[in-house]
Amino acid sequence: MSAVTNPAASDTVIIKPQRGLAGFDLHELWRFRELIFFLTWRDILVRYKQTLLGGTWAILQPLLQMFVFNFIFGNIAGLSSAGIPRPIFTYAALLPWNLFANAVGDAGRSLVTNRNMITKVYFPRLIIPLSDILSGILDFAIAFLILVGMMFYYGIFPNEAIWTLPFYMLLSMVTALGVGLWLSALNVHYRDVKYIIPFLTQFWMLITPIAYEAKEIYDRIPEGLHWLFALNPMVGVIEGFRAALLGTPIYSTDTLWISIVTAITLLVTGLIYFRNMERTFADTV
Amino acid sequence: MSNYAIEVRGLGKQYRLGGKSSNYRTLRDTIVDTVTFPVRLLKGELRNRSELIWALRDVSFEVERGKVLGVIGRNGAGKSTLLKILSRVTEPSAGYAEIRGRVGSLLEVGTGFHPELTGRENIFLNGAVLGMKRREIAGKFDEIVEFSGVAKFIDTAVKHYSSGMYLRLAFSVAAHLEPEILVVDEVLAVGDAEFQRKCLGKMSDVAEAGRTVLFVSHNMSAILRLTEESIVLDRGQMVYRAPTRQAVDFYMSSGLSQSGERVWSAEEISAEAAPFKPIAMRVRDPQGKVADTLQSRQPVEFEIEYELSTPVQGLRVGVYLQTGRGEVIFTSFDTDEPELYNKYATRAPGHYVSRAVLPANFLNEGQYVLGINASAFRVRRFFQDERALAFNVDSMGAPGTQWPEPRQGPVRPQLDWRIEVLESAEKVRA
Repeated sequence: MSAVTNPAASDTVIIKPQRGLAGFDLHELWRFRELIFFLTWRDILVRYKQTLLGGTWAILQPLLQMFVFNFIFGNIAGLSSAGIPRPIFTYAALLPWNLFANAVGDAGRSLVTNRNMITKVYFPRLIIPLSDILSGILDFAIAFLILVGMMFYYGIFPNEAIWTLPFYMLLSMVTALGVGLWLSALNVHYRDVKYIIPFLTQFWMLITPIAYEAKEIYDRIPEGLHWLFALNPMVGVIEGFRAALLGTPIYSTDTLWISIVTAITLLVTGLIYFRNMERTFADTV
Repeated sequence: MSNYAIEVRGLGKQYRLGGKSSNYRTLRDTIVDTVTFPVRLLKGELRNRSELIWALRDVSFEVERGKVLGVIGRNGAGKSTLLKILSRVTEPSAGYAEIRGRVGSLLEVGTGFHPELTGRENIFLNGAVLGMKRREIAGKFDEIVEFSGVAKFIDTAVKHYSSGMYLRLAFSVAAHLEPEILVVDEVLAVGDAEFQRKCLGKMSDVAEAGRTVLFVSHNMSAILRLTEESIVLDRGQMVYRAPTRQAVDFYMSSGLSQSGERVWSAEEISAEAAPFKPIAMRVRDPQGKVADTLQSRQPVEFEIEYELSTPVQGLRVGVYLQTGRGEVIFTSFDTDEPELYNKYATRAPGHYVSRAVLPANFLNEGQYVLGINASAFRVRRFFQDERALAFNVDSMGAPGTQWPEPRQGPVRPQLDWRIEVLESAEKVRA
């Protein structure tokens, strides 16, 4: 679009102080879709530059985690794995978890890392954490290939529930974006976020049924408190992933709904907070 | 449709000057503030916590489509704030601006460049950040590479580039941006002279192509060459608007360019400068008169007047002398001499003047800028203003002026030339 020859009225911009809650401009985001693509592309390119193993890390990370988890939770703690071979039981959960945890970490720091761009050029700031989250999909896809291999090896073939997989992937990304928006906007004002992120993801990992079944927790806490465990949207994501790929049952659809509602609440509040902090990013970052 | 590409009405931007040095807060600060709130409330300290200052206030102007408007003003006059608002990086606190057309803003070249990526990758990335479409970048790719002159290294990570190559590549991308309205900050202050000329050339192409340009620069000759009309900003307010030649004259003669003397008002000194408080900087001729035009063949005296509210250890107060284009000629501090260094190891509170004399036959004709720096080496920088005071040097009567030609270079020393006759031609003939 060479606008030079076509000074369309739509190019008119009015700059004035914003009052009240900032709206969410999807149209604006769409206009900048190429920038989303380029920043995602940059994040992917940069991630493994000057690393010895490059993209192999996308596979190594979950594989090593899987071995450690199997040893500790399977061999030492002796937790059950819903009758599924433990390696694939854990690996299937680590995929969405890593997608989520890496996205939260990258997005949370993203505004500060891209400070230079924010103070010099205008674009919807949302693009920065968003592209960090999108760039994680490639790692996910690479690691997913290994999962396919493992499924063949163990002779596990998914049933029709496999079609729900994209939905759970979306749920994990919605959660990651919600949390990422909160953290990145907070990080602009409070650099404490940098220290909170590793702690937060570690803690979050433990309360998410990655190395164990969600059932183990539900069976041990009073039924009236089930909602508390399900408040963590990643519970729904992990249960859903296992159900879609390995055919394990979902504990209850009620708790799944709680996860979905929490994820959407995180995203909506994150968007509102982010949009309203956005106007001061360039002045304070 | 209105014929104005840019219309600015009563635009203002207020910044909060915190008592704290950092512009971001930690959670601890917030917690401490919350806890100590009642105490501070009782002590009446609340209003001192942060001061509000207007970086830009009630600025109104318009730019017709296809015109080039210059923006002149010293550091802190609000030029950058104005450009940041117009390029939507930051929001105004008051007023509004209407911009009709696609805006390309160059507050810096190479925004978004990533050191790990190759030149090729960075062209695409930077182009996208500046608002170019992928197809547009691909179409201009060869042209961009050619203009930059780094074709050989286009697939090398830019972290291996020299700073010159990096800048050339970055500028090439920016120069191929084709917005209807171009907002340009002092991007030309970088790079070598030849590159600057190339950039200025490209910039006038932009202006001739009928685009609307808002151009900020310290470089008066660039402003004169590229713009027809200029506005002068001072302390956030627009004080003058006229054809560029007049505006530059106004700026240079009204004391806004601080010729001869620069006096710092209280609001220009940040709280971080304490205990150092700059009062004034002056340039004097040999008769002791404060002057904005000095003779090359006479000595020039400059002085910095300041106060110290508490004893300061290892303080050095000094100047940077720069050309009008911002190239540093030298840096010198009042305690450079070991004798003074030892004597003033700790400077007691009081009112001081540090003076130095620049020898005669030192500077060439032209405009020069003095910067000030007050610091304790590796401990703290109290105050710094890189462009505190400008003055002119006239070369009348200086060595070599029997040839009425401009001489290159910032210095014009009187050298001890000798001519020896090794063999006289007459002797040879004989």
